[in-house]
Amino acid sequence: MKFTDRWLGLALALLAGAVLWSARDFPAVPGQKFGAGFLPTLVGAGLLLCGVALMVRGWRARGAPSLGGLDAPREEHFGSAAVIVGVIVGYTLLADRLGFLIVAPLGLLATFKALRVGWGPALLWAACGTVLVHFAFYKLLRVPLPWGVLRPFY
Amino acid sequence: MDAVAIAFGLVFEPYVLTVILLSAIYGLFVGAIPGLTATMATALLVPVTFFMPPVPAVAAIVTATAMAIFSGDIPSALLRMPGTPASAAYADEAYRLTRNGQPELALGAGLVFSVLGGLFGGVVLIFAAPSLAEIALRFSSFEYFWLVMLGFTCAIFIAGRDPLKGCVSLLIGLLISCVGLDNPAGAPRYTFGNAELTGGISLIPLMIGMFAVSEVLRFAVTVNKPVMAIERPFGNVFSGMWALIRKYPMQLLRGSALGTAVGALPGAGADIAAWMSYAISKRFSKEPQKFGTGHVEGIVESGAANNSALGGAWIPALVFGIPGDSITAIAIGVLYLKGMNPGPTLFVHNPQNIYAVFIVFILAQLLMLPLGWMAIKAAKQVLRIPAGLLMPLILLFCVVGSFAINNTLFGVIVMGLAGVLAFFMERWGFPVAPTILGVVLGKMLEEQFFSSLIKADGNLFVFFERPIAGTLGVLTLLIWAWPLLRHGAGRLSRRGGPA
Repeated sequence: MKFTDRWLGLALALLAGAVLWSARDFPAVPGQKFGAGFLPTLVGAGLLLCGVALMVRGWRARGAPSLGGLDAPREEHFGSAAVIVGVIVGYTLLADRLGFLIVAPLGLLATFKALRVGWGPALLWAACGTVLVHFAFYKLLRVPLPWGVLRPFY
Repeated sequence: MDAVAIAFGLVFEPYVLTVILLSAIYGLFVGAIPGLTATMATALLVPVTFFMPPVPAVAAIVTATAMAIFSGDIPSALLRMPGTPASAAYADEAYRLTRNGQPELALGAGLVFSVLGGLFGGVVLIFAAPSLAEIALRFSSFEYFWLVMLGFTCAIFIAGRDPLKGCVSLLIGLLISCVGLDNPAGAPRYTFGNAELTGGISLIPLMIGMFAVSEVLRFAVTVNKPVMAIERPFGNVFSGMWALIRKYPMQLLRGSALGTAVGALPGAGADIAAWMSYAISKRFSKEPQKFGTGHVEGIVESGAANNSALGGAWIPALVFGIPGDSITAIAIGVLYLKGMNPGPTLFVHNPQNIYAVFIVFILAQLLMLPLGWMAIKAAKQVLRIPAGLLMPLILLFCVVGSFAINNTLFGVIVMGLAGVLAFFMERWGFPVAPTILGVVLGKMLEEQFFSSLIKADGNLFVFFERPIAGTLGVLTLLIWAWPLLRHGAGRLSRRGGPA
């Protein structure tokens, strides 16, 4: 916990540096001392202070027992979360090319499997979920969900 | 008076009533499923409300959130898993009551006192908002600047457990609000030559990411196997409630008043109201030793508090455009989309819409009694639906909903990034609410600060010259100085006292 705080503090300080550096180039409002760079400078300075404070706090608390120890023996599935992020990335890359009706059921199926749902319900709900969402958004709300390669069949 | 009649006409038409009924059922369902929060319910509703006229859109949000905050109590009592964070404060207490053979008392108190607390918050909203709006009509940029600063301060120091991390969250939100062309100089900031970014980060996909996708990710990572505490059918949940009201009137009033006040503070919502009320209830109770063993007193007070917080949160949201909690932060986004820009002028130009919101508030609380009772009856079946089946469908809904706001995949990218950001922020102890506040209020802060600065012409004392601005300014600075003052006072007393 405290170890993370130290590294997070460092990362925030670096981000603050980048923000402060970028803010120098933003133009001022004509006739005024301040301009587009004002808020980013303020945010950068604040982030720098907070980052340094976090580093100092993490450094001081080194060796102290971690607070996370209470619920530490907990099973965690980071692979499942990675699959979900992959599904979102995959959707943004493939939806326009392949179409909603192909990408959505595949994404749903991958997510169901990542959450340890059996094949039967996963296949059933991947199909039903796609049809339901397509009906609700495309038919009822008229959202132009992409057709992709299925355009000729539409 | 005409406006009130028009407002009744706006609410009591079949379309709006159907929307209210459906969003009530939706809110009860989402609230009852552990892992799906009231804020998530709101974020998921937005893509649908996008296609509605203003009154039903706001009615859907008001009704769904009220129901979700109550129904979060149901899995607390039956599974020891709060359905929403707002029920977490007394989840143990409710579960123990169920284990002691009194699930009816736990669920009935949750329902009845949610309704009473919600009505209290609604009535305060109805009376406070218009009078505040009259005062706010005379506000200049100085007052708005300090109001925004006070909002940020409350979110960091009062709502959060760790002010330093709260401060980082807020700054991240402000940084996100910097993106785009919308700044005093009209210069592109952090757009990296991308046309989509020139318009700024759109609020709704960001919220869907931070409140819904992050929950799906959290669910995927953790493994929970809840155990149902009771198998027998429930008796009458309303029996004994009148006796409870007569036994704990002070607790009901205190919880509702504190909940409304905490709700009205920016950044602090129903969950913090419930925690504070539970603690206060125990502190002032005649039987504090019974708390934690299955004692209904804490449920009465904090159950009323979390629902009254909803009404409180709408006060600053409608009057100043400053959200009282994460739910109203999303609602403000919806109000802007609907051309119902929040602020005191809304009360002058569109009073019928405001009155319609008030009517919906009261209607939603009254509807909660019968619908909540039905939800309790159906609870055991609903809680058997595995969340693993719901989460992927919610994810697809998030993706399509984020796409639907502007019909671009850019919204989906924003949603995904925001989801991952919020997931890690929560994991590392950074509260998400200040970030949302920063994003929503960043533009307002910059705008009001610049107009104030031009008016002040280099003299910073002008920021404190007007009475209300001065009071707000001093209050903000005092809260910031408080930790230092306390530290200093502690040192002095240690030096003065015995070694």
